Amino acid sequence: MNRIYKHRLFWPVLSLLVLIVVNTIARPQFIEITLQDGRLYGALIDILRNSAPLMLVALGMTIVIATRGIDLSVGAVMAVSGAVALTIIDRSGSPGAVGTVFVAVIVAILVSLVLGAWNGFLVSVLKIQPIIATLVLMLAGRGVALLITGGFITTVNSEPFAFIASGYVLLLPVAFFISIAAIAAVALVERRTALGVLTESVGINPEASRLAGVRSRGIIWGAYMVSGTLAGAAGVIYASNIKAADANAAGLFIELYAILAVVLGGTSLAGGKFSIAGTVIGVFIIQTLESTILFLGVPSAQSPVFFAVVVVVVVVAQSQRMRGAIARVGDAFRKQDAPERDDEKVEVAR
Amino acid sequence: MTATMTRSEGRSEKRTGASVSVQGFFTRHSALMPTFAALAILLLLFAGAEAFLRGDFITPRNISALLLDNAYLLILAVGMTFVIVTGGIDLSVGSVMAFTGILGAKLLAEGMPVAIAIPVILAGGAVIGLIIGVLVQYFNVQPFIASLAGLFLARGLAFVVSLSSIKVEEPAILWLQSTRFSVGGWYITPTGIIALLAVAVAAFVMHLTRMGRTVYAIGGSESSARLMGLKVARTKVMVYVISGFCAGLAGLVLTAYSGAGYPRNGIGTELDAIAAVVIGGTLLTGGRGYVIGSMIGVFVYGTIKTIITFMGAEQSWMQIIVGALLLLFIVVQRAIVARSEGRG
Amino acid sequence: MTADNDVPPIVEMRGITIRFPGVLALDGVDFTLRPGEVHSLMGENGAGKSTLIKALTGVYSIDSGTIVVGGERRAFATAADAQEAGISTVYQEVNLCENLTVGENVMLGHEPRVGGVIDWRATHEAATHHLDSLGLRIDPRSRLSSHSIAIQQLVAISRAMVLESKVLVLDEPTSSLDRGEVERLFDVIRGLRDKGVAILFVSHFLEQVYEISDRITVLRNGALVGEHPIAELPRDALVTKMIGRELDDLATLSSSAHRDIDRTGTPVVKASGLGKRGILEPADLEVYPGEVVGLAGLLGSGRTELVRLLYGADRADEGSMEIHGQHAKVHSPRHAIDHRIAFSSENRREEGLVPDLTVAENIVLGMQARQGWVRRLGKAESDAVVHGWIEALGVRPANPHALVGNLSGGNQQKVLLARWLATAPELLVLDEPTRGIDVGAKADIQRKVSELSADGLAVVFISSELEEVLRLAQRIAVMRDRRKIGELESADVDIDGLIDYIANEGEGSAA
Repeated sequence: MNRIYKHRLFWPVLSLLVLIVVNTIARPQFIEITLQDGRLYGALIDILRNSAPLMLVALGMTIVIATRGIDLSVGAVMAVSGAVALTIIDRSGSPGAVGTVFVAVIVAILVSLVLGAWNGFLVSVLKIQPIIATLVLMLAGRGVALLITGGFITTVNSEPFAFIASGYVLLLPVAFFISIAAIAAVALVERRTALGVLTESVGINPEASRLAGVRSRGIIWGAYMVSGTLAGAAGVIYASNIKAADANAAGLFIELYAILAVVLGGTSLAGGKFSIAGTVIGVFIIQTLESTILFLGVPSAQSPVFFAVVVVVVVVAQSQRMRGAIARVGDAFRKQDAPERDDEKVEVAR
Repeated sequence: MTATMTRSEGRSEKRTGASVSVQGFFTRHSALMPTFAALAILLLLFAGAEAFLRGDFITPRNISALLLDNAYLLILAVGMTFVIVTGGIDLSVGSVMAFTGILGAKLLAEGMPVAIAIPVILAGGAVIGLIIGVLVQYFNVQPFIASLAGLFLARGLAFVVSLSSIKVEEPAILWLQSTRFSVGGWYITPTGIIALLAVAVAAFVMHLTRMGRTVYAIGGSESSARLMGLKVARTKVMVYVISGFCAGLAGLVLTAYSGAGYPRNGIGTELDAIAAVVIGGTLLTGGRGYVIGSMIGVFVYGTIKTIITFMGAEQSWMQIIVGALLLLFIVVQRAIVARSEGRG
Repeated sequence: MTADNDVPPIVEMRGITIRFPGVLALDGVDFTLRPGEVHSLMGENGAGKSTLIKALTGVYSIDSGTIVVGGERRAFATAADAQEAGISTVYQEVNLCENLTVGENVMLGHEPRVGGVIDWRATHEAATHHLDSLGLRIDPRSRLSSHSIAIQQLVAISRAMVLESKVLVLDEPTSSLDRGEVERLFDVIRGLRDKGVAILFVSHFLEQVYEISDRITVLRNGALVGEHPIAELPRDALVTKMIGRELDDLATLSSSAHRDIDRTGTPVVKASGLGKRGILEPADLEVYPGEVVGLAGLLGSGRTELVRLLYGADRADEGSMEIHGQHAKVHSPRHAIDHRIAFSSENRREEGLVPDLTVAENIVLGMQARQGWVRRLGKAESDAVVHGWIEALGVRPANPHALVGNLSGGNQQKVLLARWLATAPELLVLDEPTRGIDVGAKADIQRKVSELSADGLAVVFISSELEEVLRLAQRIAVMRDRRKIGELESADVDIDGLIDYIANEGEGSAA
């Protein structure tokens, strides 16, 4: 029992379960899933479907955060990616052709990869702080997206393109399968190869890793490329969902929700150890919360207040001060301020 | 004992000859260099636009409008400078500005007297700043995340106050914007005066009070500042309160400027403010920077915006150019820091 | 001798005990400091010197015991509290703000004000006054970062003067100073002592301790060994007290110094004129198979700098390297690893360990890095390597899944050694591998180095402990002032000869 309590995913999973239970009690139809025309419908299915863009972005963000970085540009990259895809489809002679959509999606994702590589270059080669380096693209990216669409919201009518976000395969939404594929790909690459542990090593102690011969530049660079690519795919899904490229609204604030998902999943913003499963749960928590807030009749524009409360609760609960307080309650013999000063004491103990 | 020791020390004093004063000035004021660079860019922009537009750019009307149009951003940048000099960052200011703006409009629409409404919205901004500061200082939350929570909170609250824009009819608020004290073609509005006052007060606090010096000391080395016995905790909370207060003030000014409160105001404005501060020569790693520099940064930002409007180019260029400029300054800063590290 | 036992003490610490998770850092230590004395606190790394200082200055809270300052019982919660009570500390890494001016650093928090507004002119005048009183004639408006570490340290002392401190704690203030700078610092210290300031001095350099101190307190393993007037404690007695029985333990280790090395073949590594401007003057170094080359010299003499260039951790801007007689480029650690050079940094925590990873992950990190990220080491292979090295080096706990950050210093060092040995290097560079670790681990590491070199591994070994260098190395390269000043066969020198060489060789009449 004690071990379960201490597991790093204990709190995230518990939070998600509590959210689902509360929702189910408040509105039993929440867990109802109905089969209609060979498709499953229900609030839970909606959560799976709607969480896809955030899922992709949060996965990339997890890897970047593991390297001690952060990628603020993901929303802007989504906007660019959507703009590229929609513009290609819009300008082509046959917007409804699968080939056109295929080319558009590939080009959009490649452009995003290049944008990710640009971020990675600034961070790993020029050694610019990640917050600032990605801020550049966060600022400029939407401008680029607006230029691509000519300042308008480009809309298209393309069956195959709409299929990406709203289509169904094997009873379930296509977007959900895209999420699954991304999760599987990231998890496989990180955990089946040595990339995961080398990434953690770079995130925990960059200098020690360099001296141990780890090619940290490549690993950091790669992390931003992954993040850019996944953000590009997210941008395509977003654009497919609204059948339009909206350079201003696409991916707005998604970087914040993605960071929140990563933190909720138990990955420290200080870098190092990361948890893909944790991030996945974090995304579902956010999406379920969003659904709950909507159900409560709160206008979605007001939902940030709830997320602010969540952020504060999570960071306060994670803080040494709170842990110290909890530890004191649990263990009266524990020294009063020991938890707060652990870091300094390690220094002396060396 | 040692009073006989007269050997002079310090690298700057080892130099001799006529170059001493010039070199000494630059060595001593190397922190000012990025700010000078920003000033040079500003002048270059002016000159370029003047030449390109054949003398139609540098007019009293345009220059006056620069302050008028960017007063709110200037106020945000002033608050942001405090935070960034300590090595922190405040992402909440755009949202706080929207929240306080719509809150003010709502309170006034419901008949609250101006004399109460204004202090309430300023306090509202300061309280959000206080929450961020407490999270940063006492719960060891990274400034980025703490102010992110502030961003969410303020943006959500703005929509809680009202989902749509609220017009402001209150004459006292409109007066802030509509009154023009003019000399020749030049004019200044009360909002402009407020912004300049904010700059003056901030510069005073930063350079002539112990609190201001503590802000710089924290940015230089927080652990040293603590070991020196400075009031680190109080000061760190205070910079976020100042930033929040400035965001509240900016909300007031923006509401006066646009004649209405709107909950969607200021999305992404925090990035503009950060960009202006950085372009003005403040080091994002903390410890170096000037409020005056941030003012220049805001004017650079505003001038680019004006030029784009004049040229009839798309406003999307604005974001791209500011992004590029930000990049340029960051790279220059890195080079400067790398050089000074190499020297030390 | 200016202090005697009749003067009432300014600081009295009794029965100070501090526990860290899993470690008893201080065990009932007494310490007395009297006005007008320079009192040295001696002990090996990990003896508890820093902890005692931090207990006095309010950085740590004590678990039991009493601290009396100026006759009043005190418990400082912060460094600021201690300062207010008249205790100032100058640390090895200068704790000032480099982004501010000298004057500001001296006066920060105590600037003269007129109605809340800082009077800068008066501030700079006051700063000048305090700097002057230490014989420091520098412009208070110059930036702190434009001055050398030595000057910065004196500035930090000036700051203590502003606070009118009665107690001045100097924690390793001389480790990065040259001889002239040390003399200057000592002049200042003597001046302050004569004014009645009590000075607590910590240094690794015995000569300096004997030059400046009136009294010595010795700590070992967190416990008090004794307090002695300097005249009653000859050096060998001090060293014995500091090291205790450990000396005997290490003495039983067989010396590999007298093994004959065949230097007729090709050296494993031959560096010619390797240097970097402002860091190291060009130096030559050859290491033959089976040979242990010791690098001796004080901290900052260039010994670490030389091996960092050898390993490519820093990039040399002149000179060349040959590996097994072949010209080789070593511009990054990757190149070095490809040439089978391994380097264990002196800075275990910052440059060695990845604390949140497990023992196993830390051990295979070097192998994995060389193999690239695509092919992960097989579980069987990795387990075999990890278990093998845990066994061979006696890592405790012998649990491959323990987080390395939770291990003791000695075991951490063994994990690092294991990481490098697992890569099967041909040249092993060890920079201070035994610093700050317990004697058992120290003996294990020395024994292992000796064994491996006997099997043909080439080793470059750096240590501040000359006995260790003399015991392990067949040849010793001596460094001073960022320059290699010569080489000695260890068979030809004893420790006094080596010290003399480090201090005086090539200096002519300088002393």
